[in-house]
Amino acid sequence: MTAAVRVNRELAALEPLFSVNNVSKLYGPDKGCQQVSFDLYPGEVLGIVGESGSGKSTLLSLLAGRCLPDEGQISYLREDGQLLDLYASSEAQRRTLLRTEWGFVEQNPRDGLRMGVSAGANIGERLMAQGVRNYGELRGAGISWLKQVEIDPQRIDDLPRTFSGGMQQRLQIARNLVSSPRLIFMDEPTGGLDVSVQARLLDLLRGLVRELGLAVVIVTHDLAVARLLADRLLVMRNSRVVESGLTDQILDDPQHPYTQLLVSSVLQP
Amino acid sequence: MTSLHNAQQQADSGYNFAYLDEQSKRMIRRGLLKAVAIPGYQVPFAGREMPLPYGWGTGGMQLTAAILGRDDVLKVIDQGADDTTNAVSIRRFFGRTAGVATTLRTPEATVIQTRHRIPETPLSADQIMVYQVPIPEPLRFIEPSESETRTMHALGDYGVMHVKLYEDIATFGHIATSYAYPVTVDDNYVMDPSPIPKFDNPKLHMSPALMLFGAGREKRLYAVPPYTRVESLDFEDHPFEVQSWEHNCAICGSADSYLDELIVDDAGSKQFVCSDTDYCLQRRDQQLSGEGAQ
Repeated sequence: MTAAVRVNRELAALEPLFSVNNVSKLYGPDKGCQQVSFDLYPGEVLGIVGESGSGKSTLLSLLAGRCLPDEGQISYLREDGQLLDLYASSEAQRRTLLRTEWGFVEQNPRDGLRMGVSAGANIGERLMAQGVRNYGELRGAGISWLKQVEIDPQRIDDLPRTFSGGMQQRLQIARNLVSSPRLIFMDEPTGGLDVSVQARLLDLLRGLVRELGLAVVIVTHDLAVARLLADRLLVMRNSRVVESGLTDQILDDPQHPYTQLLVSSVLQP
Repeated sequence: MTSLHNAQQQADSGYNFAYLDEQSKRMIRRGLLKAVAIPGYQVPFAGREMPLPYGWGTGGMQLTAAILGRDDVLKVIDQGADDTTNAVSIRRFFGRTAGVATTLRTPEATVIQTRHRIPETPLSADQIMVYQVPIPEPLRFIEPSESETRTMHALGDYGVMHVKLYEDIATFGHIATSYAYPVTVDDNYVMDPSPIPKFDNPKLHMSPALMLFGAGREKRLYAVPPYTRVESLDFEDHPFEVQSWEHNCAICGSADSYLDELIVDDAGSKQFVCSDTDYCLQRRDQQLSGEGAQ
């Protein structure tokens, strides 16, 4: 048996963390997303790319259980080994998942942060929701996560609105990671940031993903971000997935005409 | 004072008993039954116009009107005192529209409508407290959407309640919330106990008296039935504490009641006196009669 075959067998023995089967949600003909299926394995980063209005964000909302699909199923393998049918479970269960084993990083940090409370409280909120009732512990977690996302721990009592855009985005990431989630959804996490800040954020994300073994679903229209972060890509257009595969393969040898257009449209500095 | 004291007034004949019509009172009573059955749950009700502005106790007055009977004795407190504008007005209102007896003395009252205090005198099982509530929703400060707060209550999604306490400790070094201090009722719903000082929170716990809360502007009512567990939220390393004073009451000498700070002259001299005027007076009377007997 060759090494490659052995690796393949081991991979096959692994169960997918998150398995999406024929999920659709349409607001109108070809508006929304339809017939999307994929499996996501632990520690894998899946990128979803496509133009504006192609259904990326709708798909992400469906994946995170924030809205219900017209049809399709999603099953999620919980930390305790049980398989959860996302849409058949109660809203209480979905909310619990979203604040424990999952995280959601919004495109605009204002949507994902509580702008009226301090950075420390933003980081501690998930822990408090999970029943941590020790101020010292919350404080410790806040300081240690600020350090990990490269924000000066002295700013723990400052309001997020006094932070720069890049810092707010990093704070949002810290706020999500504090509960040691296994699966993170990200909606254009680098959108609206200038390139040098983007680069640092991507660096940070890459490090955290590797270190913590996170599975990530990341929506982006920036192919460079996708190439840096994602192991696999789904290319969406007019509510459908038109191409999927390994990131390098898709970006270097795109098959579908739309993907070819997308790849050739990237500006070269 | 004696003109207010235990005055059984002649009711004005132009009003239905206790001002509200019978249908409205029945509607409120149905809401109250639901509220008592689900401790701490905010029941919507069709709030009626009352002849005074929102914020002056319209919610509490509607509850009082709904539960008042001809034999009831009504006491009204405003910030602990019986002789402040709000208390005098509401007491006279029910004197006129219901002709019920009113009192200033806590032990004599069967219905006590209150704004911002629970009497120091322990309550008994045959008494009902009615609270005037400005903002019934304890989650409102962090979540402006009503449908979202209702979902949060339904799912017990209360992590954000501790965010506020965390902010207090981070900013002031201790939990600085001193009134409207959130409580968990019967290990289930988180409830705003109305703007009573947190000094009064322990009096809600396992109280023999029925506690009713009415918010007129928000059109919500809720209840804590007798002998219900009511726990104030806190942190392990910053436990819930009530206010304490270095002084005793300047009038009655009480060391265990909630004190108001008064500036008594132009030089800024301070005095601390009981906020519960009836409690202070009772203690004073006892002391005087004790001295008289000697």
